[in-house]
Amino acid sequence: MTSQTSFHSGLLAPSAPVPEGLTDGHDHPAGRRYGVYRNNVTVALRQALADGFPAIVGLIGRENFDHLARGFLRQAPPRSPVMSQYGSAFPDFLASVEQLAQLPYLGDVARIDLAMRQSYHAADSTGIDPAVLQALDEPTLLTTRIDLAPSLRVIRSRWPIGAIWHYTLRGADKPSGGPQDVAVLRAEYDPEPVILGPGATEVLAAFQDGKPFGAAIAAGGAAFDLARLLTLLLAQNAITALRPSSSVS
Amino acid sequence: MPDATHAFRHLPACPGVGYKAQHFTDILTDPNPVGWLEVHAENYMGDGGRPIAQLKVLSERFPISVHGVGLSIGGEGRLDPDHLARLKHLCDWLDPASFSEHLAWSTHDSHFLNDLLPLPYTNDTLARVADHIDEVQTTLGRRMLLENPSSYLAFAESTWSETDFLAELVRRTDCGLLLDVNNVFVSATNLDYSPQGYIDAYPLDAVGEIHLGGHDEDEDDHGAPLLIDSHGRAVVDPVWQLLDHTLAQSGPKPLLVEWDTDVPDWPVLAAEARRADAALNRVLA
Amino acid sequence: MSKTLKTAAIVGAVAASFAAHTSTATAQAKEKCFGVSLAGENDCAAGPGTTCAGTSTVDFQGNAWTLVDSGTCTEIELPEMADGSARTGSLEELERDLPQG
Repeated sequence: MTSQTSFHSGLLAPSAPVPEGLTDGHDHPAGRRYGVYRNNVTVALRQALADGFPAIVGLIGRENFDHLARGFLRQAPPRSPVMSQYGSAFPDFLASVEQLAQLPYLGDVARIDLAMRQSYHAADSTGIDPAVLQALDEPTLLTTRIDLAPSLRVIRSRWPIGAIWHYTLRGADKPSGGPQDVAVLRAEYDPEPVILGPGATEVLAAFQDGKPFGAAIAAGGAAFDLARLLTLLLAQNAITALRPSSSVS
Repeated sequence: MPDATHAFRHLPACPGVGYKAQHFTDILTDPNPVGWLEVHAENYMGDGGRPIAQLKVLSERFPISVHGVGLSIGGEGRLDPDHLARLKHLCDWLDPASFSEHLAWSTHDSHFLNDLLPLPYTNDTLARVADHIDEVQTTLGRRMLLENPSSYLAFAESTWSETDFLAELVRRTDCGLLLDVNNVFVSATNLDYSPQGYIDAYPLDAVGEIHLGGHDEDEDDHGAPLLIDSHGRAVVDPVWQLLDHTLAQSGPKPLLVEWDTDVPDWPVLAAEARRADAALNRVLA
Repeated sequence: MSKTLKTAAIVGAVAASFAAHTSTATAQAKEKCFGVSLAGENDCAAGPGTTCAGTSTVDFQGNAWTLVDSGTCTEIELPEMADGSARTGSLEELERDLPQG
């Protein structure tokens, strides 16, 4: 009898023998017929990763990617049948592979790819009318809390990951320079990775923590550009509600 | 929420295609599009975004068949309650004309393998699959269709033929069947039996939908043909002939053309659907 | 918080956002970026036959594999990286166990 444990055991283990009890429909052992399933599993999961991490494919080429993806999928096959969720551990995996030590930004660039996919499937929301924000007097504004879209993702990095991503997938100028944080925003259905200015990551985190507007923008520090961030958030429909302090206390 | 204004309670006995996002605009602007669309359930299980928005638009104009590819109905373990809940949520808001899944397993020991894996046809597996179908139909509150697999090997321990196994599942659970004639051709070639004989032994009364698709050709260790259910090319002539053989006995059924890899431009897929329409017209003539 | 900062920020932001609001995409709009839409699609197709992707024993671990010189990483130099050294992805190709699927 061929249990699913037995059938399963060889699918992700290339050296394992073909399980007992499998035939060609007559008297021959199944042989490479079992390899069809083995191949299907590997190729399908590898393709899912390649589709999900296009910037990594572009950065290291498909051949390198396939080797890495195969290693990853054997140690971390999906836990859910929803393939759009597969690969959330891939950025950490890339960061841990010794042979990639010379490309220390790979893991963080992979986080942009992952955030794009998560943002694409995130819940829909509606941006506020900017006039509502404009109408608030200053004391009210400073104590108002800002709700951000569920499709918003922020990636921090020590490397210029936004420039690397845009160079690899959009033909932008060759990256140079220092650290970049990237926000993925989805104005309606198409997520877009945007390089953030200094302090913006801290301010967005403070918004998400429910800090009032005044305290949140103070977290941005001296170089933070409020106009730039607000313009970005409003243009991308990323502010979904204003909650004056009276309505939450 | 179910929309009381649409009347797509059943799939029509005409051709449909497997929906691909790249064909969205083509389908909506084609003056003579297909009669219905099939979507893979797992691609509409996010929280929002364009996939769900598109599906809402399409469901206003076309009957939709929800085709699950990840429930692992043939699995040894219990059905994944989280996945079943996701399916229920989808079927509740979309209220599709049909729901179908596969006679296969894909999850083991909480690993999802993203492939339709085979099971032996024994009394034990029959009882287990019947229990799982009962659970699905009870949870979803609707009858489901079960699809025959493409097989690349056989199990020495099997004591039921696939057709008898399916017929007995229908008897025990009152489920319907999704007959994939390409899968029949692939399995019959790979395991060396007659595809026409399979159709003649198959419980055609239970068929609610027929699948057509393309396959690749390979060979086994002994040089015997080994066909692979790749869904990456046009349907071959012997499969069209097997469809004619089937329709002559079953009468008109909803026909679906599947094309999942190397997906062509819309006119190529639409032409395959027209060829399926011609097959339906032949049986009506 | 100075009144000047607030006023300037809001005025600028509102102008920009009104401009952005003039473009109205809808669910009917054609997909702009298939890369994202196709990532992680489930389907029920089988892979390409008995190619040896599933049986290859080459792995990323150990010394059986090293990065092939390929992709845009070979063009990227980041002299300002954390340790001050230049980095590129350029590596010599070592012996590898091919083929793969």
